[in-house]
Amino acid sequence: MAEPLLQLRGLKKSFGALLATDNVSLTLRPGEIHALIGPNGAGKTTLIHQIAGTLQPDEGELRFAGQDITSLHMADRVQLGLARTFQVSSVLPEFSALRNVMLAVQARQGTSFRFFADVRRDARLTDAAAECLARAGLDGRAAVPAAELSHGERRRLEIAIALATGPRALLLDEPMAGLGPEGSKDLVVLLNALRSEVPMLLVEHDMDAVFALADRISVLVYGRVIATGTADEIRRHPEVRAAYLGDDA
Amino acid sequence: MARETVFNGLMILVLAAIPAAALLFEEPFYLTLATRLAILALAAVGLNVALGLGGLVSFGHAAFFGIGGYVAGILAVHAFNMEPLLPGLPGTKSMPVIWVVSMLLAALIALPMGAISLRTSGVYFIMITLAFAQMIYYFAISWPAYGGEDGLSFYVRNGFPGVNTLQPLPFLLVCYGLLAAALLFFWRLQHSPFGAALQAARQNDVRLAAVGIRPFKIRLTAFALSAAITGVAGALFADLNRFVSPSMLSWHLSGELIVLIILGGVGRLFGPVAGATVYVFLEYGLGGITERWQFFLGLILLGVVLFARGGIIGLFAGRPRHG
Ligand SMILES: Nc1ncnc2c1ncn2[C@@H]1O[C@H](COP(=O)(O)OP(=O)(O)O)[C@@H](O)[C@H]1O
Ligand SMILES: [Mg+2]
Repeated sequence: MAEPLLQLRGLKKSFGALLATDNVSLTLRPGEIHALIGPNGAGKTTLIHQIAGTLQPDEGELRFAGQDITSLHMADRVQLGLARTFQVSSVLPEFSALRNVMLAVQARQGTSFRFFADVRRDARLTDAAAECLARAGLDGRAAVPAAELSHGERRRLEIAIALATGPRALLLDEPMAGLGPEGSKDLVVLLNALRSEVPMLLVEHDMDAVFALADRISVLVYGRVIATGTADEIRRHPEVRAAYLGDDA
Repeated sequence: MARETVFNGLMILVLAAIPAAALLFEEPFYLTLATRLAILALAAVGLNVALGLGGLVSFGHAAFFGIGGYVAGILAVHAFNMEPLLPGLPGTKSMPVIWVVSMLLAALIALPMGAISLRTSGVYFIMITLAFAQMIYYFAISWPAYGGEDGLSFYVRNGFPGVNTLQPLPFLLVCYGLLAAALLFFWRLQHSPFGAALQAARQNDVRLAAVGIRPFKIRLTAFALSAAITGVAGALFADLNRFVSPSMLSWHLSGELIVLIILGGVGRLFGPVAGATVYVFLEYGLGGITERWQFFLGLILLGVVLFARGGIIGLFAGRPRHG
């Protein structure tokens, strides 16, 4: 079995009396899509926040690519190759779609302390950004300010930005949310195409998408991982059926 | 041509027209007016880096303006009296040297000030920058060596190689030159990778961190750059008046700089110029009629904030477009 790229060990996080992350340990291996499912309020987003560095865990350890990243700044984790998308789209509203992606490219190229170069004329920047936009299916919308993009387009922009950081692993927080059946299908195709390139930890409510994509599935309930396994194992797991999938699953 | 470009061209014409009118109507006072305008605009271009591009509402930029002023005054006085500042470190009457020292000192003080202020945001940031500036203000008042409350006079304006700065017109052209350099710098900065990161920090700093750039480093650098530009303006202001006093450090000035930018257009290249033009014209036009001219400035500001959020440039050219 391949060495895990990302490893969570005994992560705990509470908000006051609420234990939002309860001793979570899980791994992301090279080449896999690991889905994280669970009812609303189970603590999936909170867990993504801790892996990405937006939230600091109370206890536990995070390792990425053989390095302890538990106390690393969010930006430095991204520099190591740990990119994420947000459940609620988080883009730069005044910038065009292309410039949103260009910012990620310049971050990867380490040119953010250049004061005189013109980003609009830097082909290394604009070409790389345009390519990521195209991969996310946004090539026709490059010049549109992000504030004017549709909800679905902003979801795609999130993915384009994450790709532009040059990720070694992706954390995707409900990328299909609000896309509708057509949009979800397109995104499944896109993520499937990306799987050989970059492993993903995928938080998703859309079960068709999860069963279509995931190599492994972990189920989070009340902040605890109650089961981890393949799609079939999870479908058959009695505790999961009771707690989450319901009797009709 | 973009409407904003047309507007900027008009502003340049206005800047050129004032000294022309001064010569035509033999009104040398207009030259002083234009010099004041250029210096205020330059100081506001500095603030526009932090406030306009970075969204950092500094209420303490008078500190940098005053630091530039005291650098000019102190170096000039030491040069005049031929007393070294420290053993082996003489004063100087050379403007370029004074400018460099002003920029470095303003930036040097901006670094710790920013490092602490930038731990906060919003109203707290405004208040902490104000508090730092007030500390420097009271320090200047209680420092008798350089005039304390009364300020510091120097009798001869500092010099620039090949220019007779004692004459109003050449001195005005020096000020215009620095304003042009600052505008050029701002324009390049706006479209640079650093400018992109800075504008991203204003729009959504979590997004900036999520692409791998620390917002703090970007903001702190911008704060120091911003301080350096406002510092040079302070040095010119001291040279205009051949006098520097703690009033250059007072919070009124910090407020005025913010007002200039809001009037002109926050984050717009020529916003500070447009704002300073309106300000100086009001001060001259109404100041002669009533001491309460600032009441009318307040009315205009209220109108801008309520009905024209983009300031004068926003009214003329609409919202900015980022390619
Ligand atoms: N910043 C916070 N402060 C307090 N409670 C929070 C905070 N963020 C999330 N929670 C709570 O933690 C629990 C898990 O939330 P979340 O991680 O968003 O769940 P999920 O993404 O699985 O729907 C919820 O009960 C939520 O109300
Ligand atoms: Mg969530």
